[in-house]
Amino acid sequence: MPILSVENLSKSFGGLAAVSHVNMTLESQELVGLIGPNGAGKTTIFNLLTGVYTPTSGTITFAPNGEVYEIQGMRPHQIANLGIARTFQNIRLFKDMTVIDNVLISMHSQLSSSIASSLFRTSKFYNSEREMRKEALEYLSIFNLDKKPKVLAKNLPYGEQRHLEIVRALASKPSLILLDEPAAGMNQSETSHLSATIRRLKNEFGLTILLIEHDMSLVMELCERIYVLDYGMLISQGLPNEIKTDKRVIEAYLGEDAARDIETGGES
Amino acid sequence: MDVPRTVFTKRNLVWLAVCLSIYFLVFFLRSYGILGNYHEITIAQICINIMLAVSLNLIVGFTGQFSLGHAGFMSIGAYATSLALRSRPDTIGFLIGITIGSVLALVVGVIIGIPTLRLRGDYLGIATLGMAEIIRVVFLNLKITNGAAGLMGTFRAANWTWLYLLTVMAVLAINNFVNSSHGRACISIREDETASEAMGVNTTAYKIIAFAFGAFFAGAAGGLYSSYFYFIKPDLFGFLKSIDMLVIVVLGGLGSITGTIISAILLSLLTTILQDFSSVRMIVYSVILVIIMLFRPQGLMGTVEISHVIDKFARKDKEDANTVS
Repeated sequence: MPILSVENLSKSFGGLAAVSHVNMTLESQELVGLIGPNGAGKTTIFNLLTGVYTPTSGTITFAPNGEVYEIQGMRPHQIANLGIARTFQNIRLFKDMTVIDNVLISMHSQLSSSIASSLFRTSKFYNSEREMRKEALEYLSIFNLDKKPKVLAKNLPYGEQRHLEIVRALASKPSLILLDEPAAGMNQSETSHLSATIRRLKNEFGLTILLIEHDMSLVMELCERIYVLDYGMLISQGLPNEIKTDKRVIEAYLGEDAARDIETGGES
Repeated sequence: MDVPRTVFTKRNLVWLAVCLSIYFLVFFLRSYGILGNYHEITIAQICINIMLAVSLNLIVGFTGQFSLGHAGFMSIGAYATSLALRSRPDTIGFLIGITIGSVLALVVGVIIGIPTLRLRGDYLGIATLGMAEIIRVVFLNLKITNGAAGLMGTFRAANWTWLYLLTVMAVLAINNFVNSSHGRACISIREDETASEAMGVNTTAYKIIAFAFGAFFAGAAGGLYSSYFYFIKPDLFGFLKSIDMLVIVVLGGLGSITGTIISAILLSLLTTILQDFSSVRMIVYSVILVIIMLFRPQGLMGTVEISHVIDKFARKDKEDANTVS
């Protein structure tokens, strides 16, 4: 059974069909790319998967470790607690909180002690707090952020903010992680570091990853399978090599003329 | 990143000592007659304002939910305590009344929070304003609350001990809540509600918890108020009272308990001092507010707490010590 299966998913805003009749499946521990030109509906799909939007029609089935949930229409925090974590296209860290507090938020629903024990500062409170901090530092060490746990998130350099967002998603112990343009605004060396880390997420943490990215070299290098979206519809899917040469994909990105040019070797 | 094992750390014991010394200091100054009744009224005002403002800061400053209806919750506690003291004019009656009043305020907070906390920003402000007006009008029209004339001659059960004890308890409870995982969840809602939800925080639940918690302590403050000042009427708990509390919170710093306490003390003192100059009182008060907001828009303390400042100095001392040795 695939860990995520999306059937006939549609979402319209008023008369505009942002996503229409999309079918997708992700097998466990797969690294799948979702690409498409600007405005194709990629982030809308993420928002549908995480419960920010309710689908107009269609079903989303999430099946982590043998349990099966139909998650369309669930609230975002319920979906998050079932094991889908995400990062955001335009970084959404808790800017005025420290690095470690950002990570602690994701661990809140699993590890925190009760309100009563926080109020009365019982030993249970201190134990859970210590446990959470220890674990948070371990997660931060993945990106060498454990050296600056008390820095405010907004004071981190851009690349590290992106990293912190991934750490924060990871700390909620997801089985599926959705990365929305993690390489946006990164330079070459940061991107190559990022791609190594995404591999690590998959291999070390056994995560299933769905990746939106505009950096094609990164997508082609990392992803095992790719879905291509244009005007809210899936126009192609397959292995990276198939996608590279797919006429419809080239058309979607470069326009019909350019696609014809490429086919004819640019003679016309 | 050290988390202590028990509550009995050196720092907490120091705080306990500080709290006790303040209590006994005022207690002895009172018994030797250095602080008169007139001063005690100011002190009572300070305590009540601290409770109101710190509980409002939990809602507005920490959770980021704009509320203009805090006086409504205060009036529930005030009326409950006043009515309890009518049927039983002693300390037991006071404690029963203030407990019922606070719990009632909490329940009303939950009931009102569920529909209104879906709204964001200004809309929520208007909705909470409306709710406080409804509560006021209810008290205005009920027979048991004696309508517009209000309740008079309430037994004065609240004294310095009760005022101080309840204020310290309220501040301590809110401080402990804010500095826990639950408090972090609330702050994350203020920072970015969408991200907070995506990280698994039940934002609706936490908004309601913060709202109800704030309402609870506003109710307790109202109970202290009615029992200390003998007299309550619906007009005391109008829109302007809520604004007064909001001014204290904004001035102290949204998200700083220390700042709220400092600004509650300063503004209460200012009001008392200016009472002798009634004709220019509101002008001076307003000018001071404008000046502070111009030069410190983040409030006196921003989001900084006194414990952060102490931490900083402690760390610096340690570093200095290391370089010397």
